Amino acid sequence: MIERDVVIIGAGPAGLACAVKLKEIGVSDVLLVEREKKLGGILNQCIHDGFGLHNFKESLTGPEYIERYVERLKKFNIDVLSDTMVVNLFQDKSMILSGPWGRERIRAKAIVLAMGCRERTAGAIGLAGSRPAGIYTAGVAQRLMNIDNYMVGNEVVILGSGDVGLIMARRLTLEGARVLMVLEKLPYSSGLPRNIVQCLEDYGIPLYLKTTVTKVYGKARVEGVEYVSLDDDGKPIPGSERFVKCDTLLLSVGLIPENELSREAGVEIHPITGGPIVNDTYQTNIDGVFAAGNVLHVHDLADWASMEGELVAEFAKRYLEGELSKAKRWIDVKAGKGIRYVLPHKISGERDVNFLFRVDSPYKNRYIIVRDKDRVIKKRRVINLHPAVMENINVKSEEMKGIESLEVMVE
Amino acid sequence: MTKEMICILCPNGCNLVVYFDEKNPDGFKVENALCPKGKEYAQSEILDPRRTIATSVRVEDGEIPLVSVKIDRPIPKNKIFDVMREIKKLKLKAPIRSGTILISKVAGTEANVIATKTVERVK
Repeated sequence: MIERDVVIIGAGPAGLACAVKLKEIGVSDVLLVEREKKLGGILNQCIHDGFGLHNFKESLTGPEYIERYVERLKKFNIDVLSDTMVVNLFQDKSMILSGPWGRERIRAKAIVLAMGCRERTAGAIGLAGSRPAGIYTAGVAQRLMNIDNYMVGNEVVILGSGDVGLIMARRLTLEGARVLMVLEKLPYSSGLPRNIVQCLEDYGIPLYLKTTVTKVYGKARVEGVEYVSLDDDGKPIPGSERFVKCDTLLLSVGLIPENELSREAGVEIHPITGGPIVNDTYQTNIDGVFAAGNVLHVHDLADWASMEGELVAEFAKRYLEGELSKAKRWIDVKAGKGIRYVLPHKISGERDVNFLFRVDSPYKNRYIIVRDKDRVIKKRRVINLHPAVMENINVKSEEMKGIESLEVMVE
Repeated sequence: MTKEMICILCPNGCNLVVYFDEKNPDGFKVENALCPKGKEYAQSEILDPRRTIATSVRVEDGEIPLVSVKIDRPIPKNKIFDVMREIKKLKLKAPIRSGTILISKVAGTEANVIATKTVERVK
């Protein structure tokens, strides 16, 4: 069996950044595996700008952002297997690769999971009514329009206000379609505020909050949808049903980390994030198996996914060198009041940690508190907190000295 | 006058509060901006709102049928659809190199249309 030091699964923003970083810090035996022919993952179809503001200090389109990493990948001569699928992943860190070149079982000393995420579908949200042509997830529509040259429809309703849906509202409008409305079941948008402005308000597209689609009409093709207002408990308000004629329904109703391989290998998955449970070295419950990017938790920005990939590269290197000593004990990090999830899930208390978290609903003028029972370790005032925006708070190892528990909360 | 707006320059999406007097353009005051660009944005958004756009163009004989393009600087908001019309007229043949200027000074603006992806020739 072929043995490699590090195998990275997935060449999107996290995997690419991780591969480049590993070479930069002197790990020479790196293999990057990508199932598509082109490297870059989803960013190849994200032709709008706004990427790279943090990592390159300029606003790049998705393909340009990827190009920056691919250039460095080539410069460092990093081994890449594209058009290659990891079909099985095992607990002993071996895996079966399959591609047009054949099939091979290889084993890695360290694995970086960087498979990204995929979209929640009509089936997953229990959308009622028929299943005619014209129902797409926003990302599929994005691929069809930006890579394959298919226009998806003329009169469009978008269900869900995730960022991909908002970006597609603008994209469709620019291409001559009429985007009639964006419907969101929550009382606030799940997309970034800037996308509400530049993708909806700029083009006069209405966003209806606390509203959802209850039925799809049409046999061969979508002919319209029924939508309804929701009360404070998210239940349909009787009598509020309305009908809108349309030929296309886009769904932008959430992203799910893609962890089939992780599960097969026995990686423990967190019920809220849908990604692996990791400690403060981004290692899963399997020694030497790390996770970075959207496979771990869905990020707002590709930049953050790449940074996570780079961080994991550092830990993977130290793991290979045997320097990543096992913690004496792991402390579970608790997502307290107002927090939906917090990462990493377990800490040693011996390392500085940049906690990443999302709040469970919008808040104004609050404190973010990190505490060990009654002892406040860190407190920071925040003007605006929004579930669509990932937040972070840095805690130094000195500040965690002697802690018995750790909780992050909003107050 | 007071106006609240969300800065769209980066994903921080700062909630700006802008105080201004239309007769005195120097009297701009902007609160809640995390960086100095917020003030510039607020001023431009009120006096001369601009946007960048990205779209794609048909490529013949390419490994994929479309090349992604962008404009290299913001254009007045009311020029967006004029620029789209001009871009739609383009007919390209692979190979296309990322960074190539495809139209300079598109639709009477200062902006150039630039390829943002390399599309190799397949035939």
